[in-house]
Amino acid sequence: MDTKKMINYGLWMLLLPVFMSSCEQKDTKKVIEGNAAQQVYVEPGEYDEFYAFMSGGFSGQITAYGLPSGRLLREIPVFSQYPENGYGYSEETKPMFNTSYGFVPWDDSHHIELSQTKGEFDGRWLFVNGNNTPRIARIDLTTFETVEILEIPDVAGLHCAPFITENSEYLVSGTRFSVPIPQKDVPIETYKENFKGLINYVSVDPEHGHMELAFQIEMPGFNYDLARNGKAVSHGWSFLTTYNSEQAHSLLEVNASQKDKDLMAIINWKKAEQYMEEGRFTERQTSYFHNLMDESSGIVESEEKTLTKILNPKDCPDMVYFIPVPKSPHGCDVDPSGEYIVGNGKLSADMSVYSFSKIQKAIEEENFDGEIDGIPIINYEAGLHGILKKPGLGPLHTEFDDKGNAYTTFFISSEVVKWDVETKEILDRHATYYSPGHLVIPGGETRKPDGKYLVAMNKITKDRYLPTGPELAHSAQLFDISGDKMKLILDFPTKGEPHYAQAIKADKIMPNSKKFYNIEDNTHPHATLGEGKTRVERDGNDVHVYMTAMRSHLAPDNIEGFKVGDKVYFHLTNLEQDWDVPHGFAMQGATNAELLVMPGQTKTLLWEPKKVGVFAFYCTDFCSALHQEMSGYARVSPKGSDVKLKWGLNEELRSGQQAANEFYDQARANANATASNN
Amino acid sequence: MKIFTSARIIMLLSLLCLGTVFLFPLWQITLEAAQFPGGLQLHIWINKISGNEKNIVQNVNILNHYIGMQAIHPDSIPELKYFPIVTYIMLALGAIAIWLNKAWAYLTWFIVMSILGILGIYDFYLWLYDYGHNLDPTAPIKIEGMTYMPPLFGEKDLLNFYVKSYPHWGGVMLGVSIIISGLAFLKQRASKSKRKFNA
Repeated sequence: MDTKKMINYGLWMLLLPVFMSSCEQKDTKKVIEGNAAQQVYVEPGEYDEFYAFMSGGFSGQITAYGLPSGRLLREIPVFSQYPENGYGYSEETKPMFNTSYGFVPWDDSHHIELSQTKGEFDGRWLFVNGNNTPRIARIDLTTFETVEILEIPDVAGLHCAPFITENSEYLVSGTRFSVPIPQKDVPIETYKENFKGLINYVSVDPEHGHMELAFQIEMPGFNYDLARNGKAVSHGWSFLTTYNSEQAHSLLEVNASQKDKDLMAIINWKKAEQYMEEGRFTERQTSYFHNLMDESSGIVESEEKTLTKILNPKDCPDMVYFIPVPKSPHGCDVDPSGEYIVGNGKLSADMSVYSFSKIQKAIEEENFDGEIDGIPIINYEAGLHGILKKPGLGPLHTEFDDKGNAYTTFFISSEVVKWDVETKEILDRHATYYSPGHLVIPGGETRKPDGKYLVAMNKITKDRYLPTGPELAHSAQLFDISGDKMKLILDFPTKGEPHYAQAIKADKIMPNSKKFYNIEDNTHPHATLGEGKTRVERDGNDVHVYMTAMRSHLAPDNIEGFKVGDKVYFHLTNLEQDWDVPHGFAMQGATNAELLVMPGQTKTLLWEPKKVGVFAFYCTDFCSALHQEMSGYARVSPKGSDVKLKWGLNEELRSGQQAANEFYDQARANANATASNN
Repeated sequence: MKIFTSARIIMLLSLLCLGTVFLFPLWQITLEAAQFPGGLQLHIWINKISGNEKNIVQNVNILNHYIGMQAIHPDSIPELKYFPIVTYIMLALGAIAIWLNKAWAYLTWFIVMSILGILGIYDFYLWLYDYGHNLDPTAPIKIEGMTYMPPLFGEKDLLNFYVKSYPHWGGVMLGVSIIISGLAFLKQRASKSKRKFNA
């Protein structure tokens, strides 16, 4: 073979994956196997086998889908205000968006992490990071409500988060962009001297799930991209990919893509815990917010924190290591056994698979190739299990099944590739439509993956669905991976831009799903437990309306005595105690949002009347046959007028309502009696 | 072997059966409709009203108010207060009957309990009749000629609900208790005449 032929041959080989996938793209109809419809068909009245939680990317939220049907079950508001139910608009939930930058009602949610016990999903909580204003949120999976948001101080772009350890000890969260720490006014070109990165360990209270910033590790000024924690044999260690080890600060697409290899950070967090106990940290004044919803009142308390504890690898030997990874790695994934760590160099033609035991051996033997800021760099070959040669173009993320196989998404060649972790042999490849980012296999990051389905989350949609103008919903694709070959069985649109997703067996969540809030547990200070207690109170310009909702009326439904310039707080308590009976509240002229109040809950909407007149309010959730009648009037008089406060419902209370009051009084008395007995 | 078939043991069994009215509901009324998967189950006990969910009474009341039925307020139903007392008295009388171990004592208990049982069912019927017929004239939904009395025993369509009304374990055991007390009487009478014969 002459040189020219060899070059030609080589070129063909390089283009082969692209060529193959483009062939398949032309023929997508043929790709679908005959029984695909049956596989994804969930009969009316039947349930999906899995919940899949997808981050919303630029929507800032999370969506819950059923698998295999691809049905949207619910959108969970997290980092963005949600006028649909008043999240972030109601007085109770507004503090959820407090940050050291003020009220930030939007974000870019990226990575979903389900809580784990012994390396398996336990179905208790869901965590997700806010990439822009660095934050981590916790969602309670009994209510599908965001109950906590913790800001992370002194980082920029919390992309490398919130990766969970196998008993939910920590959410490991690294900065995407390095910045001056503490923030100061310096020229950007002093990047190398002044910019640093922080890797944050957020602890999770095992009983209540409450998050706390346990410690931060100060790292060289690289970009920290993605992480995974060890499990089983590698429990106690974290692995984080970095890019921009060039430390460029402009035109990163070129200047941060120069080195042949970047670095993976390897952190022994058990060691870090030990150093924390020994007090080898420095404390620093800063500012960050911790916002926590009280379970009984539904009120979010916001607290500013001012102190962080920082560990510096220079003062803490054997805590942090680096190992080279081919060019600009993205995903960093640990297999179910905990032994293998896959480093995906997104600009490299190869993928490096590391061996935890070999890394340990190299550390023991001090097989290092220099150091950066006191952090030893482990010899690349010494830690390597092997290289997956030319699997495709642009490897991003890898998940695992229960049979020792890995599945990697390739952004550029637009495909998913199945390969054997042990032998590094490529077993199968399947085109995706188009350009997948993350992928998810139920339990794919745990010790016990469920190797039945795989969902690829594609970044480009183009012609997959009926066109909707320039903006298209991102596409997700469901594959059956139970056999030797992957089978594409379903396409479905998603909300926002799902970055990562996690999927869990439905029976881990379903039995604990709450049907309503027990009214006797409602400790909201403005709750109205019984129609007989409904009232309107004025305090200067503040007017508090203690209102109740029950099929099919709001009480009171006639209110007079509001004045232009008042601040009216509607505290609406939904007195229902049945499943799926929310009541809504919409006030004409309210400039914020409407409310959806779940049974047993109290929510508050602020209304600032600006016009004189009589304005209607009504229930927005079709609650009953007489929902349209569930309405009322608010009379607004001019500023300074002497119209007295007056309110009522059909002039007087009916006997049934009196009894309803007794019901709540009794429920409350019983609850108190039980509480005092305990 | 004789001891196990003595009238005393039989009567004791009868009292144990009666005692189960504190452990199980007497009656169950099930309301079935499309929007209520599994149905709404009302349990009528000797001393309370409950159901298959914690807030059943409130939830049934909310539904009933559309057609003008009165709200069920267990606190204002006097029977739920004095029926348990009557039951305690009958248990005590039963114990006395066992102590006396006379056929007439068992028979008296059987008769009194039978009358009480029939009166109880009649009382239940009156309540159902009142709930079903005594409707609020301002009710949002009024259907000419329609009343909403649930069946005392059996099944019936009431607007969108299919209503089933049957005894629950407590009611069944109450009936069994009465029958067994009758057996105690028969046994005691038989053994008495046998003793006479032997003498």
